[in-house]
Amino acid sequence: MATSNLKLLGMWACPYVNRAQFALKIKSIEYEFIEENPYNRSDILVTSNPFYKKIPVLIHGDKPICESLIIVQYVDDNWATGPSTLPSDAYDRALARFWAAYISDKWYPSPKLLREAQVEDEKTPLTEKISAGLLLLEEAFVKCSKGKPYFGGDNIGYLDIVLGSSLAWLKVTEIVVGIKLLDQDKIPTLSGWADRFCSDEDVKDVLPETEKLLELHEKIQAFVRDGSK
Amino acid sequence: MAEELKVFRTWSSPFGFRIVHALKIKGLEYETILEDLSNKSDLLLKYNPIYKKIPVLVHNGKPICESLVILEYIDETWKQCPLLPQHPYDKAMARFWAKFGDDKIFPPIRSALFSQGKEQEEGVATAVGNLKFIEELLKGKKFFGGDTIGYLDLAFGWMANLISILEEIVDMKLVDAETFPLLSAWMSNFSADPVIKDCWPPRDKMVERFKGFRGPHLKKVA
Repeated sequence: MATSNLKLLGMWACPYVNRAQFALKIKSIEYEFIEENPYNRSDILVTSNPFYKKIPVLIHGDKPICESLIIVQYVDDNWATGPSTLPSDAYDRALARFWAAYISDKWYPSPKLLREAQVEDEKTPLTEKISAGLLLLEEAFVKCSKGKPYFGGDNIGYLDIVLGSSLAWLKVTEIVVGIKLLDQDKIPTLSGWADRFCSDEDVKDVLPETEKLLELHEKIQAFVRDGSK
Repeated sequence: MAEELKVFRTWSSPFGFRIVHALKIKGLEYETILEDLSNKSDLLLKYNPIYKKIPVLVHNGKPICESLVILEYIDETWKQCPLLPQHPYDKAMARFWAKFGDDKIFPPIRSALFSQGKEQEEGVATAVGNLKFIEELLKGKKFFGGDTIGYLDLAFGWMANLISILEEIVDMKLVDAETFPLLSAWMSNFSADPVIKDCWPPRDKMVERFKGFRGPHLKKVA
């Protein structure tokens, strides 16, 4: 596959960017990765995504596609290589889209907020919210997977990508606050899925290492602390 | 096999109308269950336990929630009169703009409805700024879908009905024909379409309804 006409604007540690990378990896699509500095946006980012000025942006030829969920679906619609990321049945697709929106809009922000919480009083409600969400997602997994290893069935699919991209930072949050959030005693099925997802060869190539993310988190926190002095 | 289709909605919700319009375009028969959101039915709570919201489409006993998800489900299940574009890039753009409308245009307008003074001005300014992107999308087109109403027209359909109603209630200008010639024309064309206009409730009832929504928010400030 030609790389010259496919670019992904992103940043190695951004889970939304990782979603796009998973989608491209699963389909064996080659592309040029352009590392963005989140504190100093490039001209190409601002011109290709003037609406949000955010990564990821997939640029196919001269056409930009923004927003991670839309990019993942675009990759699935445009390239027939490899298994389809979205389920073949329309109802299963609707379920996948519903849960993807729930994960992205309602659940995703909470681990970051917890990780960055300065005040103890903020931490308890966030921990409860994350845990409640994971219990719902455990049920969703049982329903969507129908006894198979992934939300997508036999292979990693759309919903695996959407939730799986959060796992590396979730581990960092657990380390920072000292609480096991994806607890295999309380959330056994989803914990099993998470281990399987993180062990997949395609995923291992993309998902950032916990130690590197922890180092980045500590750098950012130091920067924020120095800035507020 | 006879299809059983039920739509749980309220009589005034624009998100509910998205589903009604889509089903009408596809020529599908369905049953409407009108909900009172201050007293939600057991069935609604059973079919949408996560959000407890309308609209919900129930197809042969299986619920689908979230209006944009429902639109795609309808389009993928019934192939006549396609709503989404065929080309993957055009499809991606339709999805992007529908979400943009829900995240960046509807909320500031709602905020303007629920506020006054500076907060209201800010809501209006944000909405108008983002509407300019939408105006650009209509260049050379009658509808966002091209010659016929499509997914993005249905996603934006609330604007054609509600904007003039809210402008009347709040005495603000969101879409004037001089700044938004294409969007103004689209609002007229969309509203005049027989599939669309027959579904909307009487304007005076909608004005009263949305005045009712605004009232309690103003009392909080006073």
